Amino acid sequence: MNPRPDTRQPRESKAAAENRPLYWSVRRELWENRFVTIAPLVVTAFVLLGSMIALIGLAGRVRSLPAGDPEKLQALAEPFRMAPAPIMLACLLVGAFYCLDALYGERRDRSILFWKSLPVSDVTTVLAKASIPLVVLPLIALLLSVATQVTMLLAATAGLLLSGVSPAPVWSELRFFQGLVIMLYGLTVHALWFSPIYGWLLLVSAWARRAPFLWAVLPLLSAAAVEWISVNTSYFASLLGYRLGGAMREAFVLEPGSGVDGDFSRLSQLDPLRFVSSPGLWTGLLFAAVFLAAAVWLRRRREPI
Amino acid sequence: MACIEARGLYKSYGSTVALDGIDLHVDEGRILGLIGPNGAGKTTALHAILGLVPFRGELEVLGRDPRTERDQLVRDVAFIADVAVLPRWIRVWQAIDYVAGVHPRFDRAKAEAFLSKTTIKRSSKVRELSKGMVTQLHLALVMAMDAKLLVLDEPTLGLDILYRKQFYDSLLEDYFDRSRTIVVTTHQVEELQDVLTDLMFIHRGRIVLECGMEDFESRYVLVKVHPDRLAEARALAPIHERQALGRSILLFDGVERRRLAELGDLRTPSIADLFVAVLGKAPGPEDGVAP
Repeated sequence: MNPRPDTRQPRESKAAAENRPLYWSVRRELWENRFVTIAPLVVTAFVLLGSMIALIGLAGRVRSLPAGDPEKLQALAEPFRMAPAPIMLACLLVGAFYCLDALYGERRDRSILFWKSLPVSDVTTVLAKASIPLVVLPLIALLLSVATQVTMLLAATAGLLLSGVSPAPVWSELRFFQGLVIMLYGLTVHALWFSPIYGWLLLVSAWARRAPFLWAVLPLLSAAAVEWISVNTSYFASLLGYRLGGAMREAFVLEPGSGVDGDFSRLSQLDPLRFVSSPGLWTGLLFAAVFLAAAVWLRRRREPI
Repeated sequence: MACIEARGLYKSYGSTVALDGIDLHVDEGRILGLIGPNGAGKTTALHAILGLVPFRGELEVLGRDPRTERDQLVRDVAFIADVAVLPRWIRVWQAIDYVAGVHPRFDRAKAEAFLSKTTIKRSSKVRELSKGMVTQLHLALVMAMDAKLLVLDEPTLGLDILYRKQFYDSLLEDYFDRSRTIVVTTHQVEELQDVLTDLMFIHRGRIVLECGMEDFESRYVLVKVHPDRLAEARALAPIHERQALGRSILLFDGVERRRLAELGDLRTPSIADLFVAVLGKAPGPEDGVAP
């Protein structure tokens, strides 16, 4: 038995009084699923790489700006505004894949027998897992988006100053804090709107004995196909489409002519009142609650695979 | 006080019956060995006690119903399923931090002290540890919980005899006191003889033998019978007979030692002898039910 070099002084065990099962459950999810933080970071790195390339020649473009041409000015700020989009998209995808494995993986590797031997209830566990796509990933997306924009802005300013061009046009067009509010709003709206999707994925993950991805997707596609073939309508399919894309329609005022991928850069485009009064939001939240409750019930009864 | 009280536990998986009406009574402060071949229903019985599977019948563990009061029950129960259940990605320090963070009566210093007697590095991942080390880690975590009931399901599976011996030694020296109860299942019975206070054989979902270790020696006797006394010995209804080196070896249950001493050489059987005698009669041990 070798004495270990890394022996630390045992910390005072005051844990007895203050157990925080939810906090530790979330931490252990992040320990286990490191891609939750790493994947968005990698995407952010690529976004930064792309934006650095876009900055080349910025000085020339600013210098040649005809005074008072708002469209040209807007084009100048385009890379700044677009930067968060791939990061947020990455976080949505990471959340979906995380959910599919969250309650399936622990049964497959039998570690559920370890987790269940500790005083953490199934409700706490499922809520901790649900909080990853609903709280943690939106926060990561926000942090990384802001960090990206700040980096880009600093790099642009430095570049412009070095070439002796005033960075003022870039700063005035960027509307940084407006952008921050819009991002915060957009992330909240999407977390709420997509909650039934995450709930569904968690439910399938708690239920499936194998291939959770297929179980999550095929029944929905089959239902849509049956409806289409039998009665030649597509209500179910449009319902699914509404769930995937409806958040933009319900929460933002879309410019006439611009699609879902339109430009969201002004506070006047936010419409929180319409969003909270849309039935789609509340039915979605109801479904999310039902799915999560079912996932809790299943985790209670399901055995290792 | 009864720690576990069960009546008529029944559980089936499809058409296979895993528990076929088991009655169980375990007092506080006992170490019960639940022993049976693979697929006998041991694990199912433990999982019922821990509230991990639905079942039929009456069951009280520490005065609670594991089906409805599982969340309170796990505060007082520690559990080691076989060595493969510690998540492979977790690091040693993460496991300690996590358990300390969620368990109300986890003594971190105790776990650290136990680990410092091993070669396990705090920064290692479970996947990097040997099977024996994983078991030591799990044992360190479990022994630092102040639990009233410790349930061990094949805790030494796949370990060599040295680790197995060490495992039970640690358990007895560092953990067990008369106020705790331990239930252990295994089919490796050799090293358990001096550990248990109670013995139970389970086969095909039924309990086929129950015996306190206090009574074990007085109840069971192995006799290497003199060839000319064989008929006489057989008349005393041995529970098992086998041949070894041309002599018949008979196992008796509850026959007076004095009477048997006349028939041949006496020896106290091991648990393994008894296991073979009781379960060897029953048809194939491997064709049982899912664990």
